[in-house]
Amino acid sequence: MSLTSDSAPVVQMRGITIEFPGVRALDGVDLTLRPGEVHALMGENGAGKSTMIKALTGVYKIDAGEIRVADEPHQFHSTAEAQEAGISTVYQEVNLCSNLSVAENVMLGHEVRFGPFINWPATRRKAKEYLARLNLDIDPSSQLGTHSIAVQQLCSIARAMVVDARVLILDEPTSSLDKAEVAELFAVVRQLRDSGVAILFVSHFLEQVYEISDRMTILRNGRFVGEYLTAELPRIELISKMLGRAGDELAAIEAGAQRVAHDERQGTPLLSAVKLGREGSIEPVDLEVYEGEIVGFAGLLGSGRTELARLLYGADRADSGELTLFGENVKSAAPLSSLKGGLAYSTEDRKREGIIADLTVRENIALAIQASRGIWRRVPAKELDEVVDHYIEALNIQPPNPNMLIKNLSGGNQQKVLLARWLATSPRLIILDEPTRGIDIGAKAEIQRLVVELASQGMGVVFISSELEEVLRLSHRLVVLRDREKVGELTNGPDVTSSTVLETIAASGSDAA
Amino acid sequence: MTGTVQVPTWVSRVTKHHLFWPVVALVALWIACGIVSPGFLDVKIVDGHLFGQLVDITRNSVTFLLLALGMCLVIATGGIDLSVGAVMAISLSVALTYIDNSGTGEQAGTALIAIALALAVAALVGAFNGFLVSGLGIQPFIATMIILVAGRGIALAFTGGQITTTHSAPFKSIGSGFVLGIPTPVVIGAVVFAAVAFSVRKTALGMLVESIGINRTASHMAGVRSRNITWLVYVICGLLAGLAGLVYGAPTMAADANNIGQLMELNAIMAVVIGGTKLDGGKFSLAGTIVGALILTTLDRAVIIFHLPSESKDLFKAIVVIAICIAGSERLRESVGLRRVPRLPEPPASRKSVEVAA
Repeated sequence: MSLTSDSAPVVQMRGITIEFPGVRALDGVDLTLRPGEVHALMGENGAGKSTMIKALTGVYKIDAGEIRVADEPHQFHSTAEAQEAGISTVYQEVNLCSNLSVAENVMLGHEVRFGPFINWPATRRKAKEYLARLNLDIDPSSQLGTHSIAVQQLCSIARAMVVDARVLILDEPTSSLDKAEVAELFAVVRQLRDSGVAILFVSHFLEQVYEISDRMTILRNGRFVGEYLTAELPRIELISKMLGRAGDELAAIEAGAQRVAHDERQGTPLLSAVKLGREGSIEPVDLEVYEGEIVGFAGLLGSGRTELARLLYGADRADSGELTLFGENVKSAAPLSSLKGGLAYSTEDRKREGIIADLTVRENIALAIQASRGIWRRVPAKELDEVVDHYIEALNIQPPNPNMLIKNLSGGNQQKVLLARWLATSPRLIILDEPTRGIDIGAKAEIQRLVVELASQGMGVVFISSELEEVLRLSHRLVVLRDREKVGELTNGPDVTSSTVLETIAASGSDAA
Repeated sequence: MTGTVQVPTWVSRVTKHHLFWPVVALVALWIACGIVSPGFLDVKIVDGHLFGQLVDITRNSVTFLLLALGMCLVIATGGIDLSVGAVMAISLSVALTYIDNSGTGEQAGTALIAIALALAVAALVGAFNGFLVSGLGIQPFIATMIILVAGRGIALAFTGGQITTTHSAPFKSIGSGFVLGIPTPVVIGAVVFAAVAFSVRKTALGMLVESIGINRTASHMAGVRSRNITWLVYVICGLLAGLAGLVYGAPTMAADANNIGQLMELNAIMAVVIGGTKLDGGKFSLAGTIVGALILTTLDRAVIIFHLPSESKDLFKAIVVIAICIAGSERLRESVGLRRVPRLPEPPASRKSVEVAA
């Protein structure tokens, strides 16, 4: 990785334009990456960040514009060509083969060879070296799928490093990492930067962008807004440039989702769990959720938030305890019976457990209502149109075309379609697992406001998020989890802050010790 | 079904339809046959019945169509059913053995009971396949291979190891009779197609089958009864395969358990694929199966009309099928510029990761 120390740009993209049927996804966008610099690509969902990355990595053909790598004009027709030019990518969602071993994933295509054969011991050793650079001490011959998403994410970064990249693209690399892991990742990023790699960093976490980036390019609606030095651009200005709105307007949105600090517990609970648990998944938990109440699950990644949610919904079978839903004892919970009863669960894994990629937005919204009515009672087209139109408008789904395949929507809009799917079943209680992950500020505020609104209409909400601030802002009550165990419950109020929650987590740690 | 984007003219709308190339191939084959063999395209009415080569082809295509309809649904759920050829043999053996033993083969009632019995056994075999696939979670290829291998043994057990031949005019008529001048198999094919199309597209079955085929986990989380639906689809496939066996075997009235339905599973898969349904599951086209079935039958007839030597007739069929598949290839059309709209953004599908990794 020896590069000349003068900071001549390694990548220059000029006037990049890409058109999709009916949409101009990118319109004359510029991007310059310099060696030894972390460059942040900023913009809302659908601003064209992912498209820009895919143009650079050869996934999309550009309709106009020019890409120069090390001052040589390039036209990439495949990701392989881009990789040969030294451009390597770690995608937003983990893009590895979960049924192969860690070593196979990290070294795929770069195995240590012995003639026509692969020298597996050496390959595994090499994989271990790369993993060690990320402070990841796992067995390279273990199957990738058995590790947490965070570890898988680090493996895909290790994989990008194997290719000796001159340019490393990190597309939302931290969205499934906890704080300590983010710090470790950033240490690696800085190490790579100092060795002369140009890094393109995309993240929705502004804190992280300010922490790691040297320079940023802002996009809005597929257009180039400008390139700025991070140190010279105040946060509020960045946000208003991304959204194209004034700062005070944003403050108003935030205020809309203000925290409501009063106890909502009245009447019989919508849901009550007594010693509900599952071996190896979550220790027995007591829990109650009342009408009009927002209950936040707080805890670090892997604390058992999702595991608990899956038990409540019946995605996994509980092997101990009792669950009462809407006053009725549930013998064996299953997604269908939960839905019919009025409990919906929006999963954290949008791609694998959420969207039906090749169906339209309309069909994706219809799926849960249709499933709860059964095969033979088809939802009448007129009724469905009304539901679909209502939610496209109410949730501001972009583009507002019900016949578009959901896979062609941006991540945030896919999330909104999924919310529409669950809300269309008119649930009395909804579990939202990471509904705002990987979503831009505008959409995030919209979803937060929606959650508050739903609760004020009497719906019970279980809100799960890795962002403690967000959980604190929205929830009436907090269930604190740690190491797959409920360790406390807090009624939200002015005196409850993120440090209170962290203390609860930490205190239970010392108890256990 | 298509029409997600605006298309400039009706011409491109037609050429972009997924059935455009298969239909072109079918019509081209018919025209070629008509040129080589004048009178091929004639349809005459003799004694109040439709006669002609095209009528024959349509009649013979019904076996493929019945198999392909069931196969199409199974493939849409992301599965495959290799047992359909063996199910044909089982169903025909059951029907003819019953007729043979009853001694009252010429009565319509006997024939009806024979048909009902045969279809019940076929549906049972389908239910067995469905149980292996959705109940026990065995891979469809392996699960249905059990009947592919063992099914003919079951059929032989029914016939006592012989080729059962018997007589029953009412039963024979389902293969060689006429209804209002139209061959009975064609009527059966049309009725079954309408029934399947109706129950798939007018209920939610079609959409739910597609959603299971595209993303089983997500469908389950959305409350879709993916196991039951998968099971149901295998039962339908078995039932239709049983019916195909009866329609196919009725004209000869001979239950040759070793040979009836040989390689039919592959023909059925071929008809589905020619009809524009992808083997990886998800979106499917029932109308496409009609075209696929007609093409396969026409090919069989064309090799005779063209007087192709028997050693090269399989080669000829292969060339035509390959040509249709190539013509329908998205990538090819893209590279020769037949597609007028720029390519759609591709999903970050799992397959992509292989490319990225490579």
